[in-house]
Amino acid sequence: MSPRSFLVRGLLVGLLAGIAAFLVAHQVGEPNVERAIALESTGSADGHTHAEDTPAHTHGSESESGGGTEISRGTQRTWGLLTGTLAIGVASGGILALLAAGLVGRLGRLSPAGSTAVVAAVGFVAYAVVPFLKYPPNPPAVGSGETIGQRTAYYFVFVLVSIVSAALAVALAQRTWRALGPVQAVVLGVTAYVAVVAATAALMPTVDEVGDFPASLLWSFRTSSLLTLTTLWAVLCGGLALAVGRLHEQTRAVAARRELARSL
Amino acid sequence: MSQHVVAPTPEVAVPTIPVRELAPWALFFGLIGLIVIFFVSADQGAVSVFSGTAVHEWVHDGRHLLGYPCH
Repeated sequence: MSPRSFLVRGLLVGLLAGIAAFLVAHQVGEPNVERAIALESTGSADGHTHAEDTPAHTHGSESESGGGTEISRGTQRTWGLLTGTLAIGVASGGILALLAAGLVGRLGRLSPAGSTAVVAAVGFVAYAVVPFLKYPPNPPAVGSGETIGQRTAYYFVFVLVSIVSAALAVALAQRTWRALGPVQAVVLGVTAYVAVVAATAALMPTVDEVGDFPASLLWSFRTSSLLTLTTLWAVLCGGLALAVGRLHEQTRAVAARRELARSL
Repeated sequence: MSQHVVAPTPEVAVPTIPVRELAPWALFFGLIGLIVIFFVSADQGAVSVFSGTAVHEWVHDGRHLLGYPCH
């Protein structure tokens, strides 16, 4: 049980999670992206304009100023998408594994596999689900180019608040479970997290740039995005818990054999 | 496994990893991980490290479908 053994497992599980997320995003999500881009280029939805006859999904203002790089839709929805999901999967897997390494044996009476699963489940809620509820992802054609800076800032500030309060909620439950009992401590932590995040969500500005984009396509895109994120995190959570559980078993077996050898 | 092995000490046999041992790994990989996430999620959108739109265009669909603000 070393940081290295955790990190290696985290990176491998992250790779698998990235592949799974790619498959779901490509099969379920891409049709929605294609339909949104088709709407965008016919100009029926408001938002930024696109040059006609460009195969790539370029942004009018950027391609004028920067001589933008053109990447075909075919590449974007395959290799580009794969790059994104693999990179996010591997990075998330590594970070989660090191967090799990830090919390092994330090989270109530949970086994290493149990505390690892808790880390990943909390990560899923704090980094994926809660930000999704406040600042849901938008398909191409939704959102004006002028507000991207502001919207990105809102999103990441909210993500930061969510992650920090989730970490504090876990610490609160860990501090109180001996006095209150484990179930009560978990309920207290969850309540504190929900209260902080709900208050923050109520105070932070709402983004409403959907315009006349078709509601059914927006719903379809957003659910496919949530399904992609759920796939990513389900593989991360299950895979890491399994890998850490096996690591713990191996460590214990080796320790038991050493003990036996010493006793002979 | 041999039947001579005495059952490992029951309850709370879970080892912890000392913070001193973990800190360099966490700092180093944490930084790399955050940089990777930054490039997929935000570069050449709201803020740009590299000029142009190549990174943005390449990870475009991933950025949309993984829930980040894209444009």
